[in-house]
Amino acid sequence: MHIYLPIAGQSVNALFIILLGFGVGLLSGMFGIGGGFLTTPLLIFYGIPAPVAVASATTQITGASVSGAMVHMRRGGVDLKMAGVMTAGGLLGSIVGAALFRVLLATGQIDLVIGFLYVLILGWIGTIMLKDALIALGLIVLQKRNEKQEPPRHNRWVASLPLRWRFYVSGLYISPVAPLAIGFAAGVLTVLLGIGGGFIIVPAMIYLLGMPARVVIGTSLAMVLAVSAATTVVHALTTRSVDIVLAALLLVGGVIGAQYGAMLALRTKPDLLRLALACIILLVGLRMLLGLAWRPDEIFSIEYL
Amino acid sequence: MKPAIASVGLGLLAPLLIGAAKPVLVPDISARQVQISYRFAGAQLLLFGAIAYPDGRAPSQPADIAVVLRGPVQPILVREKQKIAGIWMNADSSRFRSAPSFYAVASSRPIRDLVDDRTASIYELGIHNLQLSPGGGSLPEKEQHFEAGLLDLRSRAGLYSENPHGVEINHGILYRAVMTIPGQVPVGTYTAETFLIDRGRVIAAATRDIEIDKSGFERDVWLASRRHRLAYGLASVALSLGLGWAAAIAFRRRF
Repeated sequence: MHIYLPIAGQSVNALFIILLGFGVGLLSGMFGIGGGFLTTPLLIFYGIPAPVAVASATTQITGASVSGAMVHMRRGGVDLKMAGVMTAGGLLGSIVGAALFRVLLATGQIDLVIGFLYVLILGWIGTIMLKDALIALGLIVLQKRNEKQEPPRHNRWVASLPLRWRFYVSGLYISPVAPLAIGFAAGVLTVLLGIGGGFIIVPAMIYLLGMPARVVIGTSLAMVLAVSAATTVVHALTTRSVDIVLAALLLVGGVIGAQYGAMLALRTKPDLLRLALACIILLVGLRMLLGLAWRPDEIFSIEYL
Repeated sequence: MKPAIASVGLGLLAPLLIGAAKPVLVPDISARQVQISYRFAGAQLLLFGAIAYPDGRAPSQPADIAVVLRGPVQPILVREKQKIAGIWMNADSSRFRSAPSFYAVASSRPIRDLVDDRTASIYELGIHNLQLSPGGGSLPEKEQHFEAGLLDLRSRAGLYSENPHGVEINHGILYRAVMTIPGQVPVGTYTAETFLIDRGRVIAAATRDIEIDKSGFERDVWLASRRHRLAYGLASVALSLGLGWAAAIAFRRRF
C-alpha cells in the first residue's frame, strides 16, 4: 500500500515503513537501545531525503522512550534535577546543531557529514556489542582484571570544574557544567543524526559523572525524551523537514515493536540475538562507508533555491 | 464518437473561421486539475484536440503536431560529486535560473524531422532545446557539463521526457497524446502547449493551464508545516508521546 508523504514529497510503501519501525522497535525494546541510529540510515537507503529521515526519526525516538521513562519514573530511577540540567544542555545543543545543520545544508555537505558520523558511530557501537556478545557466548575470554583497582569515583576533569551543585538522587556533589556539556553533545547529535544519543550519555554518566547504576538508565531516558521532543520542535521551526505522516508510520510500528521486544527480552536469552544485532549494525555501518567510498549512483544532485 | 465531437466543435467554430487563412488549434486536456492525495503515485493526462482548417478539410499533406507539457520554472543548484581523498563529496556546483520542474514533449514525428534547430530552440521543443538560463560567470564547457547532468538526472526520474511518436493524428484533424506525470512532481501551474507544424514552420499554437496541487490532508499537513511551524512541531511531539503512552497502557507490561 503506497502512501504519499507530504513533506518528503514522495510515495512510500506504508507497510514497509511500519515493518521497519516494528523491527527497530523490537530491537530497542530488547536491548534498551534508542534505535534511531538504525532508523535514519535505513530510511536513507530507502530513498527518503536525509534531512527528512533525520527529523522524522527524532520524532520516533520520543515515542520509543515514553514507556521506558514512565516505568523508571514510577520506580524512582530518575534523577530529575540531573535530567533537567542535561536537558538544558541538550536544548542548547539542539539549537547549535540546527544552525550547523543549516550551514551544512547550504554548502551541500549535509549528506556527507551525516554519512561520515554514522560510519563512526555504527562502527563504534557495533564493535562494542560484538565484543559483549562474544564474551557472553564464551567465544572470547576476558583477561582477569584486578578487582581492587576500581576506577576513581570522580573524574579529575569533572572535579576541577567551577560551581558545585548537590544532586541528591544521584548522591553527587558536582559542577552542573559537566552534565550540561554531556547534554549539549547529545543535543547536537540528535539534531544532526536523528539519534537519541543514549549510547553516549549512559557511559558518560557512569564513567565521567560517577552516577550510580540504578538512576543512569531512567535519567538518560527522561533526558532523551525531553531532548528528542524539543529537537522535533526545533526541526519543525528551522529545517521544516519533520514529516508527520512518516513519523506516525514509524511510531505505529515502533511502539508496538518495543513492547514485544521488552517481552522477548524477559523470556529469551538474547546473546545470539545480540550477536546478530552487532553484525547488522556493523553491516549498516559498512554499507554507509562504502556509500562514501564507492562511486555513487548519481554524480549530480539538484537543490532547490 | 470522436469524429462526432469534432464535427460539433468545427460547427461551432465555423463562423469564426470564415476568411481565416490559417488553421486554428482547439486543444483540451482530460483534467484541468490534478490533485495529489495520499494515494498519489503519478497521473496520466490525455492531451487532445482538433485542428480546425479554414475550409473544414484536412490538406492532402497533413501537418504535424507537437505537444509540450511543462511544470513551473524553479531556480536550482546542480551539484556534482567528486572523489576527494577517497570519499565522494559534493565539490562543484552550477546554478540554473529557469529550469522547468517538469517537461514532456510528444510529437507526431521526431522533432528533428519537423523543424530546424533554430525553430526548435525558439519554441523549446525537445529537452536539449530548453532555455535553462545558467548562472553567469562560468565557462561554457562547465555549463554544458552540468546541463547534461541535469538533463540526464531528470530524464531518468521521468521528469523530462521526449516521445517522438507520442501524438496520434486521426483523419488529419484530431490529435491525441498521453503523458505520464510521475509521483514526485512539484505542485504548481503547468502549461500544455500545442504546436501545429507544417513544412518546418509553426503555423498555429495554443496553450492550456493545468493546476497540480496537493489536496485534502496532504495539503493541510504541508501548509501547516510551513505556516504554523510551532504548532506543527508540537503536534508531532504530542503524536509521538500519545502513541508511546498508548502502547505502554495497551500492553501494561510489568517489570
